[in-house]
Amino acid sequence: MIHLEIDGREVTARPGQTILEVAEEAGVRIPTLCYLSGLSPRGSCRICLVEVANWNGKLVPACATPVQEGMRVVATSPRLTELRRRVLELLFAERNHICAICVSNGHCELQDLACELGLEAVRVPYRFPGLTLDASHGKFVYDPNRCVLCGRCVRACSEVEGAMTWGFSGRGIHTTVEPDLGGPWGSSETCTECGKCVQACPVGALVERGKATAEQEKEPQLLAQITERRPRA
Amino acid sequence: MPKVKVATIWFSGCSGCHMSFLDLDERLVELAQKVDIVYSPVVDIKEFPDGVDLTLVEGAVGNSEHWELLREIRERTKLLVAFGDCAVTGNVPSMRNPLPREEVLRSVYGEGEVPGLEEGEVPKLLPQALPLSMLVPVDGFIHGCPPPADRIWRFLQRLLAGESPLLVGEDLRFG
Ligand code: SF4
Ligand code: SF4
Repeated sequence: MIHLEIDGREVTARPGQTILEVAEEAGVRIPTLCYLSGLSPRGSCRICLVEVANWNGKLVPACATPVQEGMRVVATSPRLTELRRRVLELLFAERNHICAICVSNGHCELQDLACELGLEAVRVPYRFPGLTLDASHGKFVYDPNRCVLCGRCVRACSEVEGAMTWGFSGRGIHTTVEPDLGGPWGSSETCTECGKCVQACPVGALVERGKATAEQEKEPQLLAQITERRPRA
Repeated sequence: MPKVKVATIWFSGCSGCHMSFLDLDERLVELAQKVDIVYSPVVDIKEFPDGVDLTLVEGAVGNSEHWELLREIRERTKLLVAFGDCAVTGNVPSMRNPLPREEVLRSVYGEGEVPGLEEGEVPKLLPQALPLSMLVPVDGFIHGCPPPADRIWRFLQRLLAGESPLLVGEDLRFG
């Protein structure tokens, strides 16, 4: 057993558990975005940053950091809220999020985070990138204007479906996710049309064809429901 | 107690936020006891007055006239509020922003004389439609496309009572 503290509460954990898992068991809320139960953690979005008080206040992603004996974790503080909000602002500014006309309006994890973290307005300049929607697939649509580069589609497709259709392309600010090393999705030779990437996507970037504004609801918990039933190695 | 001087104005938007304001319905009567509307599309006053306490701005800043008015309003208003998603984020009017200005205008008006391409009878279209806070300091934000009347009401009540933060939780939802 490992003993640690989260927000001043003493908790015990099993070796190998992450800070996020232990916090969830203890009822301490840590917001997440790129993390999805059932997929491997990536720690790339930085929304789940927490402080380790006895590591000089070092910031670590809760979803990808295993607990250690004696750790004193701060999961809730004004500093963390401000940092998480900054991350959120960068995500909103990076692409073209027009919620009013989005199929995921009202059912979107990015919107939910804006409410939870108290985002009044984005303080960095919006980039307004010119990105093209891919509606070539018979069942789904990919709109990179709404992608937050969480990689949940990439992991769902490779780790759960095993098709490896989705992957990252480009670098830095030019990074995008692409099917088969560069679309169109409709001509993909690897896509099995299972739709796991669509369910995993936290926003309106991967959606079902034919959905109108605010109609797209998702079931990201399906990924964990599938993996939990699989025999463990 | 003197009445609070309130102005409302409408830039690059669809007037939906103003319609939602009118959806305050009977609450407008209560509001009218506390505020005077000194400038607004719903009252007939041509000049933006001095010494305004609160201005609600609907819409993004899309052309030279909006930009000039915004600077004027900022100088003459104590509290400037971005009213609705277009004013807060750019929203639908900002969908033209990735495209060159002339290409957008030509795709609508074709070859030859194009209104808004240069300064003229129609104000010049700015290269991008921008949220207010990218151009001037903004004191409050009312999210939504359009913001529901109940949200506008909560915002105004908290503002008139001098409370802060003005909106929290679900009231911060875009869209
Ligand atoms: S993906 Fe979410 S945040 Fe982006 S436009 Fe759609 S609803 Fe808004
Ligand atoms: S398409 Fe969706 S799931 Fe994939 S990286 Fe973008 S936001 Fe994440």
